[in-house]
Amino acid sequence: MAETILVLVEQREGKLNRVSFETLAGAQALAKQAGWTVEAAVVGNNIASVAAEIAKTAVAKVYAIEDKALEQYTPDGFVAALKAFIEGRKPKLVLLPHTYQVRDFAPKLAASLGAVLVSDAVGYKYEGGKLLFTRQMFQGKFAADVSLAGEGPWFASFQTGAFRGDQVEGGEAAVEQVSAATGEIRTKPEAPFQEAKQAVDLSQATIIVSVGRGIKEQKNIEIAKALADALGGEIAASRPICDAGWLPMERQVGSSGQTVSPKLYLALGISGAIQHIVGMKGSRNIIAINKDSEAPIFEIADVAVVGNLFEIVPALTEEVKKVRV
Amino acid sequence: MKILVCMKQVPQKDAPLKLNESATWIREDVGYEVNEPDAYALEEALRQKEKNGGEVVVITAGPARAQQVLREALAKGADRAIHLEDDRFTTLDAFNVARAVAEAIKDESFDLIFTGLQSDDFGYAQTGVLLAQLLGWAHATIIMHLETKDGGIRVKRELESGFFQYVDMPVPSVLTIQSGINKLRYATLIGIKQAKNKPLRKVSFDEVSGALKPNQLAIEKLYIPQKTKKTEVIQGSPQEVAKKLVAKLRDELRVL
Repeated sequence: MAETILVLVEQREGKLNRVSFETLAGAQALAKQAGWTVEAAVVGNNIASVAAEIAKTAVAKVYAIEDKALEQYTPDGFVAALKAFIEGRKPKLVLLPHTYQVRDFAPKLAASLGAVLVSDAVGYKYEGGKLLFTRQMFQGKFAADVSLAGEGPWFASFQTGAFRGDQVEGGEAAVEQVSAATGEIRTKPEAPFQEAKQAVDLSQATIIVSVGRGIKEQKNIEIAKALADALGGEIAASRPICDAGWLPMERQVGSSGQTVSPKLYLALGISGAIQHIVGMKGSRNIIAINKDSEAPIFEIADVAVVGNLFEIVPALTEEVKKVRV
Repeated sequence: MKILVCMKQVPQKDAPLKLNESATWIREDVGYEVNEPDAYALEEALRQKEKNGGEVVVITAGPARAQQVLREALAKGADRAIHLEDDRFTTLDAFNVARAVAEAIKDESFDLIFTGLQSDDFGYAQTGVLLAQLLGWAHATIIMHLETKDGGIRVKRELESGFFQYVDMPVPSVLTIQSGINKLRYATLIGIKQAKNKPLRKVSFDEVSGALKPNQLAIEKLYIPQKTKKTEVIQGSPQEVAKKLVAKLRDELRVL
């Protein structure tokens, strides 16, 4: 009897969050290996179009779990609906994309079913009938293969970029409308908004010079800015730099800031914490300068320079100016 | 408001980490520090106390060395501390840590519980949400602002890509706090002195073990990640490196 993988697809304000295709791709790959079936579900209100889009992928069925109370995302609303649905359908494994929304409800959903969630997995291993999920530990310095006990349902969320959305197999699935179970909803959310007018769109930059904690002091950012100017690029930073107020939040690259994929990303004094990497690992060329040879940033760098950025960066700026006269 | 702040001690950010013999964990002979998001959670609790009065209690689950995190918190202004002290606490999965904390605080009546949004070692980002589920409380994650109001609180959730969302919530609630919500304070000398006299309650593993269940998550193997990318290493003096990089930028990458 084939087990079922249920993929929880995310929608925001009636629009499909495209990272869900990555989760579907992962689910399809695992299902092929394990001989399991993939189904998909989406929660919300008036989400027929989202369900229809997912129905164009190779899944056995798509469920649109709907109720007016689920128009806006709340953890209480989504967990009540999904708990009832999962208790009914009994999937072996529930897969989700590791988005901020999933972080907000998925642990609660798993716990409500007496189950656990492996969060922020970067992949899986299926060997000899045993399923393991791979996670990054210690900010990427190590990887861990994690197993889940019990019979299920098991829950896992995949990090952005763990699978490729464009590798989803196409298909034609039936959509089933499910009336969602509802309960008390204790939080009252307002509509999401963007804070200040985004004066800079880093996602459009061809060249980005980014600074991390290794820049040490606010005044040192001038060194990086000089390089950015010489290259005709934009300055950006990892979260701690923006938290400290040394650069505005709109210059932040990472899971809570902007996701960028420029032609060139220069990471200066950036260790490579996971929350930063997910925002820039798609960059076409990554040059990292860091004094720590063990920094996780070097795992994804195309060019690695282990050294003192305070000497290298000014020298680099000088050389760039000679060429770019 | 009576606020509980859950804090974790993690290996220092730049500590050189090595695998232990069984390759299931790291060797413990490294320096430790407070989990950074938890420091922001503590700071937020202290600010709420300064604004609205009340009490800030800090709790941690871990070996004897974890007491340092509590001492620092008391020195910064927390009123009392609870230490779930045993090496075995580090072997519990997130669900069990939440069960242990819930058990340890069952006779207290907190209005708010804060955790950092995630830990720098595991990065599961679950303990706070699991605690809310166990306690039957509302919760919200990745909080960047908190205001008290009549009958509850108003929080600002951080979303992806520079988006935010305000949410009105009841009390009691669990909030997971994002770094950058505020600016961290330093402990003063007076604070450090006063910390020595503040209550620190120790809770043994046996006192809470009845509330625990078998771990549902296990690390089968810990290892150095396999590199999939081919990295070119450029060496030399700063000037040599600069010249090599420029040649690469101009001729190979064609960005100059």
